[in-house]
Amino acid sequence: MSRTTPADAHEATAGPLEVAGRRLTSRLIIGTGGFRTLESIEAAVEASGAELATVALRRVDPSARGSIVDVLRDAGCDLLPNTAGCFTARDAVTTARLAREALATDWVKLEVIGDDRTLLPDPAETLVAAEQLVADGFVVFPYTNDDPVLASRLEQAGCAAVMPLGSPIGSGMGIRNPYNLRMIVAAASVPVILDAGIGTASDAAIAMELGCDGVLLASSVTRAENPARMARAMRLAVEAGRLAHEAGRIPRRLYGEASTPTEGLPDLDG
Amino acid sequence: MRVVLNGHGHELEEPATVSSAVAAIGAQPPAHGLAVAVDGEVVPRGDWERTPLADGQRVEVLRAVQGGA
Repeated sequence: MSRTTPADAHEATAGPLEVAGRRLTSRLIIGTGGFRTLESIEAAVEASGAELATVALRRVDPSARGSIVDVLRDAGCDLLPNTAGCFTARDAVTTARLAREALATDWVKLEVIGDDRTLLPDPAETLVAAEQLVADGFVVFPYTNDDPVLASRLEQAGCAAVMPLGSPIGSGMGIRNPYNLRMIVAAASVPVILDAGIGTASDAAIAMELGCDGVLLASSVTRAENPARMARAMRLAVEAGRLAHEAGRIPRRLYGEASTPTEGLPDLDG
Repeated sequence: MRVVLNGHGHELEEPATVSSAVAAIGAQPPAHGLAVAVDGEVVPRGDWERTPLADGQRVEVLRAVQGGA
C-alpha cells in the first residue's frame, strides 16, 4: 500500500484538461446565459476559476453598453462561441462561420435543438453539422444526448470532445442517466464534458466522479440567488469530483465491511 | 434602396455596400467583434467595403452576447 505524505496530498491537485491541443487547468467551463449584468458575469467567472466561457451571437443592439468579449478577456477567459438557438444544421454551420468571423476562433460549441419545449438536441442535424464544421476546419464541441452510440459517431466525425447532457438545459435535474454517461466515458478517446442539467454542486461532483473530463454549466450559476458563491461551489465540486475519480472509489457493497481489524479482539465475556 | 437590416426595413443611400449597412446599425464602440451575413451567407470583414447590396436583401449584423452553456 502506498503512503501519501501530507505534502503529497497537498500537491495532488486534479490534472489539467487537455482538449484540442490546449491545456486547461480548470475543468469547469462556464456558460454566460442568464446573467443579469456584465458585473455579475465578471464576479462569477472569477469565482469559478473557468478559463473558457461560452458566448452566443445575436443581432447588434445599438443601445447596449459594454462588451462581454472584453469582460471575459479581462477575466482571463477564452471564448467558446455557441450556436444556441439553431434548429437546423444549416443555421448552425452559418452561425459557427459568423462566430469565427466575429471572434477569430475556430472553436465552436455546436448546439442544434430539436424541440423548443424539452430543448433536447436534434441528433441527426447535430451529426450533419458536426461533419460539415470539421470539414471546414472547426474545432467542434457538440452538445449531445446521453447516447453512447451518438457520442461515438460524433467522435468518429472528428469532434474535439463530446458533450452529453445530464438532463434538459436549464432543468437543474442533474444526471438522469449515470449508466449511459459511464458508457460514453468508457468508449470515448476524446474528452467527455457534461453539458446541461446541473442544478447544484453535488451534480457537478457526480459528473466528475463518473469520469467526465469536465463540466459545462450556466443556469445553475447564473440563476442562483448568489451567482458568485455558486460559481465558487461549482469550482470546488468539479475539483473534488475529479480528485475522487483519480483516487479510485471503493466498490459499493450491500453489507457492511469492518475497517477495524478483528485480530487481537479481547475476550471480554464475563 | 431598401434592405432588411436586422429584421427591420432600412433605407440606404445608393450605391450601398455591406459597410454602409454596418455603419447604419450604429453599434456602440467597441466596433470589433462584428460579423455579417447577407441573405444567409457570411461576408468576411475584408469584403464588406466591396460587396454591393441590392434592393430587398436581408442583412444581419451580429456580435457576441452573453449566452448559453
